[in-house]
Amino acid sequence: MGVVKVKDKEIVIPGQLLAEGMDFVPTGEAYREDDKIYSKRIGLVEINKRVIKVIPLSGSYSPKEGDTVIGVVTDVLVSGWRIDLGCAYDAVLPIKDAVNEFVKRGDDLTKYLDIGDVIFAKISRVTSQMLVDLTLKDKGLTRLVGGRIVKFPSVKVPRIIGKNASMITMLKKATGCKIYVGRNGYIWIDGKPNQELLLMKAIKMIDELAHTSGLTDRVKAFLEKETGQKLG
Amino acid sequence: MSFDKRIDGRGFLDLRPMEAKVGVIEKADGSAYFRMGDTVAYAAVYGPRELVPRFKQNPKTGILRCNYNMLPFSGVGERIRPGGNRRSKEISMVTEKALLPVVLLDHFPNSVVDVFIELPQTDAGSRCAGITAAALALADAGIPMKDLVSAVAVGKVDDKLLVDLRYEEEAFEGEVSDIPFAFIHNTGEISLLQMDGIIDDESLIKLVDLARDAAEKVYEVQKKALLEKFKKVGDGNERK
Repeated sequence: MGVVKVKDKEIVIPGQLLAEGMDFVPTGEAYREDDKIYSKRIGLVEINKRVIKVIPLSGSYSPKEGDTVIGVVTDVLVSGWRIDLGCAYDAVLPIKDAVNEFVKRGDDLTKYLDIGDVIFAKISRVTSQMLVDLTLKDKGLTRLVGGRIVKFPSVKVPRIIGKNASMITMLKKATGCKIYVGRNGYIWIDGKPNQELLLMKAIKMIDELAHTSGLTDRVKAFLEKETGQKLG
Repeated sequence: MSFDKRIDGRGFLDLRPMEAKVGVIEKADGSAYFRMGDTVAYAAVYGPRELVPRFKQNPKTGILRCNYNMLPFSGVGERIRPGGNRRSKEISMVTEKALLPVVLLDHFPNSVVDVFIELPQTDAGSRCAGITAAALALADAGIPMKDLVSAVAVGKVDDKLLVDLRYEEEAFEGEVSDIPFAFIHNTGEISLLQMDGIIDDESLIKLVDLARDAAEKVYEVQKKALLEKFKKVGDGNERK
């Protein structure tokens, strides 16, 4: 019978021993060596029966299939576009995953998307060599016109969205901005200048207070104070 | 003249006072500060990011690039000419080799992780301080690592075995050896071992054990520094 060496929700550092024994399974940023399980990153341990998971607390974004991300068009290719996701690997958006109509060979692709355009897309495929394919053909995926991008640590993105999207719903309601959050840590916002300013303050607050309890309530109190309106 | 007392009054097996801090450089992906006595090292990590020129890319794994640099005013004696020299190039290389066994770069094919180590003040043991700081910065940057690396120098001055030498001890007139070590914590493997001077094999074997114990003390400081930065998270009232 194995032994767990850490408490649930404890912070661990790389190389820290989490558990001994073959009856535990490492996931997330935990790894097994012989019969011991260690952490690979600084993170929070989650122990769920026999599954030991490490949720990272720092680090850059690593593309994963199925993630919805925000990207910026950096180049126009022969049959698609190159998209910057703010990480080590660029993504490619093929024409067939972006445009509904028939595009003739040699047509000018810039009439659909041009350099500098922002898209809200889904990662359709990631290869072992980290070649990333995107698609715009799913519900809610679109080109984002106007607005601006705020960069945010990707490990804290779940905090911006909140439980059942509670945080993001509140941010939208309180500031009146349009908000799109990409899993890669790009946040696209669009609103009046003072609204955007308030939103960016709130985002900064979430960044600093991420992973503390009652975060939504604290942000709510802050927004109520700033706007003077009561949030339900 | 024989060597029977250390200049700063500490015991032969004591380390200089250590201090470590993580996340000191805002714009870097990860950073750390490590001080050992009068040796001060800053390490900044950038990446994983796209590696240019492209011919240096390796499709099987990411690469680690370390750069060790002493600032012009950092030395004990004369001004150091800025930019690289043969010594700094060698130390950059051994730093890279000391860290490589723990950094899991196969997660990032074709990319690079850059580590910049800057030393604003040095007093012997600078490569050890650099490696220790770099390990902290890599962990702070969230680069997957098997383990941490802790480095410390040991040596023999006259007929005494010492841990963590100062410059004056290295410069002692007589028989001196200075041996920097880096250890991988869990396995106890040695990832850096160099030597200046002369030593007999018996003393060397003893010094390996002394270095191992000393590196353990460095590891404790590293661990504390890392937990310090993120401790707000773990006070028992974090995410549901």
